[in-house]
Order: sequence, then structure tokens, then C-alpha cells
Amino acid sequence: MFDWRWDFAFEILPRLLQATLNTLAAAGVGYGIAVVLGLVFALAQRTPSRIVTMVVRECVEFIRSTPLVLQIFFVFFVGPQFGIRLSPWVAGMIAIGLHYSAYLSEVYRGGLDSVPKGQWEACTALNLSTTKTYFRVIIPQALPPSLAGMGNYLVGIFKDTPMLSVIGVAELMQAANAIGGSTYRYLEPYTMVGIIFLAISLPAAGMIKLFEAWVRKKLGMN
Amino acid sequence: MEDMSQYPTELSGPDVPMVRFMSVTKSYGALTVLDSLDLDVSEGEMVTVIGPSGSGKTTVLRMLMTLETINGGVIYVDGKPLTHMEKNGVLVRADAKYLRRARSSIGMCFQHFNLFPHMTAIQNCMEGPVQVLGLPKAEARERSEELLSMVGMIDKKDQHPSRLSGGQQQRVAIARALAMRPKVMLFDEVTSALDPEVIGEVTGVIRKLVAEHNLTMLMVTHQMGFARDISDRVCFFYQGKIEEQGAPESLFGNPQRERTQQFLSAVKAAD
Repeated sequence: MFDWRWDFAFEILPRLLQATLNTLAAAGVGYGIAVVLGLVFALAQRTPSRIVTMVVRECVEFIRSTPLVLQIFFVFFVGPQFGIRLSPWVAGMIAIGLHYSAYLSEVYRGGLDSVPKGQWEACTALNLSTTKTYFRVIIPQALPPSLAGMGNYLVGIFKDTPMLSVIGVAELMQAANAIGGSTYRYLEPYTMVGIIFLAISLPAAGMIKLFEAWVRKKLGMN
Repeated sequence: MEDMSQYPTELSGPDVPMVRFMSVTKSYGALTVLDSLDLDVSEGEMVTVIGPSGSGKTTVLRMLMTLETINGGVIYVDGKPLTHMEKNGVLVRADAKYLRRARSSIGMCFQHFNLFPHMTAIQNCMEGPVQVLGLPKAEARERSEELLSMVGMIDKKDQHPSRLSGGQQQRVAIARALAMRPKVMLFDEVTSALDPEVIGEVTGVIRKLVAEHNLTMLMVTHQMGFARDISDRVCFFYQGKIEEQGAPESLFGNPQRERTQQFLSAVKAAD
């Protein structure tokens, strides 16, 4: 039966909003890890060393082919058996950051591959070092075509933070579960969680588009 | 394996050429693009390379810019080996570090300009001097402005390449290459991607370079009239070899080899 109770909804709202901050923090930190580590993975796959390329390539494939929730469990529950004891937050950030870095490395790879060969040749002709070739010429051009994919995964990581509830990270889903568990009312908390996610994801997607246009303009590429 | 002891570790003597290709061979798998090429270019000389497509003419420039590795022979620039370095008295293949130092005396302009799209004209010109030569920004800017004036692009110095025409982009690309103060300049079909009406603005800049600077230049072109006007020497490439070479008047006016005659009359017919 549909019996939505507004008073209950308002009562739990502060608690959910508090948890939303945790969710945003988890998504932000996890994404930060993924953005940097993803670039490391993408660049590592372009080194002249065949072994490095192969090992990284296999790691990326492995991470992409196994479920995030398994990776979260693995870091949190299996880690201690090897003497690595991590708090739910740290374990969660490592797992989700690592997971998304594998996806982002593929986005970067596509972006890097889209830079025309002539740009590399111009760098050689100007005698730029490899590092400067990447950071001053190639990556700035690989960025705009990567932004759409990067944006998708930003929204993706945000929507995947509820998985962290399985190891007890106090994010939105965990808060809703706790409310449901103690009051036996699930309609309001879960509905509100859905609305909160929607209210953040939708504008975020729009803002990413605007940001992409801004970056293109800034780099004189349109 | 090639016996490297036949190649000197350094060229010496009174008339060391600025560029020397010594028995240079380049192949892709079974396909030989250049077959034991010998070619000298003296300091200040303008040498033009012509020939049918697939004759290996662009490969000559790309090898000199170290964009392609070579399979045999040695290239020397200013008396020193470019593709190889000396180790215990013999030449071995140059490593990345040696290559970086060795190619610093060479500059190149490309068919498709290859300007950096995220930088303005002047930023394109300053990039090398600042990031590679370590020049202070003010000095690099001054040098770049001078060169952009020389190529007639100073009023567009703050434009991104996407806002420039092909001819304008190519002129900026020439300024960018010159900003590194190379001893040898390579022009790889620099007018091939241009609309006919703007070819003149690029050839005009190259003419000016030939007239006013003592640069050593190697150019691949399909503009026969242009090649005839400004070259000191023209090399006709055919199937990976120099079929015929000489002063432009004699090569264009009185070609000796049948292949050269065929090529020149085919080009003339197409014009």
C-alpha cells in the first residue's frame, strides 16, 4: 500500500543529506585516484618495454573483467590475511579508485591514440623530450576527446558508491539501510536516495558537457 | 650484419659536406625504399628532390629528421654521424640520448604543417626555444616575433592554427622550425596540401630564405617551376635511387636519362 509519510521523510532528511556529503566525498576521492592512476596505466602501456606494457595491459583487463563489489570485498576482507588492515573508507577508496582507473586508462588510451601522428613528428622535429612531448603537446590534445568518457565515469563512480555500503562505509545507501533497519520503513529512505542521486547526476552530466566545450575553447580547438 | 668499420667515425678534410648519406638503405620488410643511397649536400646548398610517388624522396628527408631509422649505411651531419655514434672506435646505432643531441641542427616543415592546435602562432614558435633550448621567454618571444614578421604572419601571432588558412599555417610552421636555428632545413612537400592561390605565399618565404640566409636546405616538391628557380641542384629519384642529378637548367632543360625525360614530360602534360 502506498503510504508515504511526509513527517518521516523530513525527519530523516538531515541524516540522508549528511550521508550525501560522505557519498560525494567518496566519489570525489575515488575519482581523484582514478584520474591520476588511469593516466599512469595509459602511459605505462605506451612505454617501449614490452613487459611493462603487457603486465599493465593484463592488470587493466583483470580489473575490468571482475565485479567492483568483489574487488571491494577483496581489499577489505582478504587484505588483513596479508597483514594489510585498512579502514572501510581507505579500503573502499582504493578499490573503487583502482576499478575506475582501469576504465579511465582506456578512455585516455583512446584520447592519446586520436592525436595525429604528425603531432609526434613535429615534436621530434623540434627536439622536445618525451616528457615534454606528452605533457605539453600530446596530453592537452588528448584531453578534449577524453572528456566525454571521463564525465561518464565521474557519474558512474558516483552511482557506484552504494557498493561501499557492503563494507560499512557510511554513505547514502548505508544510511538508508540503517534507517530502514531501525524503523521498518523503507519507502521513504530508498525513494529519497533515488531522488538525491538523480538530483546530482543529471545536472552533473550537463555541467560536464559545458566544461568540455569550455576546455575546447580554451585550447583553441573547435 | 653490416661491417661498420668501413664507415669513418667522423668526416674530416677541407670540404666536409653539411649532410652526407653514405650507402644508406631503407626497407620496410621486403620492400626496399632506398637502395644504397649516396648523397652529399654542401653548406648553404639548396637541393631539391623530385620523382614519382613511391620513389623514396620523402623518406630521404624523414631519415635525416630521424623520423625513420635506417637499415644500412650512415648519415653524417656537419661531419658527425647522425644515425650512429662512436663506441670503442667503431660506429654503433645511436641511442635516444645521442639522437636528441644530433638532430638539434636539423629543422623540418611538413606537408600538413603539424602546428600544435592548442597553441597560438607565437606559442608554436616559442615552444622549442623555451622548452628545448632553455631560452628566457622574453628572448624567445623576440626571436619568434622577428621570424613571424619575416614570414609575414606577425599580425596573426595570437591566432590559433584553426583560425589560419593553409598557407598561413605553413608560414608559421616555417617560422617555428627556424626559431630553433637549425643548420639544415627540410621541406617535405610543403605546398602539396595548399590551395593553388596560396602556394605563392609559401614559396615566396622559401625564396626569401634562399636569397637572404646561408641555410642548407633539402626540399621535396612537385612544383617543378619553383624547383627550377631556386635550387642549386636537383636530384631525380626513381625506385629508391638517384637516377639523375645536376643543376636545374641541365636537369630540366636537357635530361640525359630516359626515366627523367618520361617523368618530366608526364609532369608537363599534367600541368
